[in-house]
Amino acid sequence: MSVLLRCENLTKSYGGTPALKDVNITLESGKIVGLLGPNGSGKTTLIKLINGLLTPTSGSIEVAGFAPGVESKKRVAYLPDNSYLNTWMSVKQIVNYFCDFYEDFRPELAYQMMAKLGISPEVRLKALSKGNKEKVCLILIMSRNALLYVLDEPIAGVDPAARDYIISTILNNYNPEATVLISTHLISDIEKILDEVIFINNGNVVLQKNVDDIREENGKSLDELFREVFRW
Amino acid sequence: MSWKPDKDKPICPQLCEYICLSIATGVYGAGDKLPSVREMAVTAGVNPNTVKRAYEILEFRGIVTSVRNQGTFVSENTLIAKESLENMRRQKTAEYFTDMKALGMDAEAVKKYIEEWNA
Repeated sequence: MSVLLRCENLTKSYGGTPALKDVNITLESGKIVGLLGPNGSGKTTLIKLINGLLTPTSGSIEVAGFAPGVESKKRVAYLPDNSYLNTWMSVKQIVNYFCDFYEDFRPELAYQMMAKLGISPEVRLKALSKGNKEKVCLILIMSRNALLYVLDEPIAGVDPAARDYIISTILNNYNPEATVLISTHLISDIEKILDEVIFINNGNVVLQKNVDDIREENGKSLDELFREVFRW
Repeated sequence: MSWKPDKDKPICPQLCEYICLSIATGVYGAGDKLPSVREMAVTAGVNPNTVKRAYEILEFRGIVTSVRNQGTFVSENTLIAKESLENMRRQKTAEYFTDMKALGMDAEAVKKYIEEWNA
């Protein structure tokens, strides 16, 4: 087991407003981890720091042994909360685009998964429904052979059947040496597939724990515990 | 697979119980290969590490045997799985009687309902 993410006293402020305060997190390989917190708690800020889209105000972050940059990005597959793909492109063009970008991209796998959904390589992204667009984005990310998968809200905005599809795609494609970090507030949909959770609130990590231990100690589902911890 | 874990309780022991039950009722016979960790995780919709741990616990209890590079197999001796089925039956009965007691029934009165149900 190796450490894929290490944050030490990680702090990020926007102007004078702190978004993350003294965050210490270590993630090991071979796990599916939920990053849970209410809106505005700092989930996306943490994810952007992992992906080098933001620089820390203070503290340090190390991803697969590297500071965020070219070497870390080779090993991290990132699904942002907004799609950045050009919608005029066809699925095939996007697959080629990913082949150019990432050495670890497996086009056969991507085509295979899309064929199962009945998405033709010739179809343009803008012709797809919102749900199918999100599925294509996830398929592209899961078709990489990465060490750390960071999925920002992968199941928001799709129907429950599509959620099940997304969850089984994650389970089917992640390699046991890799770790998947999933941010969401739709807890009850994903809690069965998580090993560990990180609860984050107002920029602070309030809990990082094994999910079955939580159920054992509290006699509650993750969803219930979340509602209790973040009661307003 | 029509299995829904209770999310208020740890999933791993529930999965163990479910697999035991499948063995005791003959869904998986002695010597049969169980689904791979990943297959089981996908069909049950749970974390692969949970399945791995469940298989380890079942192996420790002598209910399954894992063969390196080949997978996990149901032990030739399915007595232990059947014993745990027996325990589950007792537990369910206890739960039923507790519920009926809360509804104001004693064991004698419960009999009447059981007979009615069977008729």
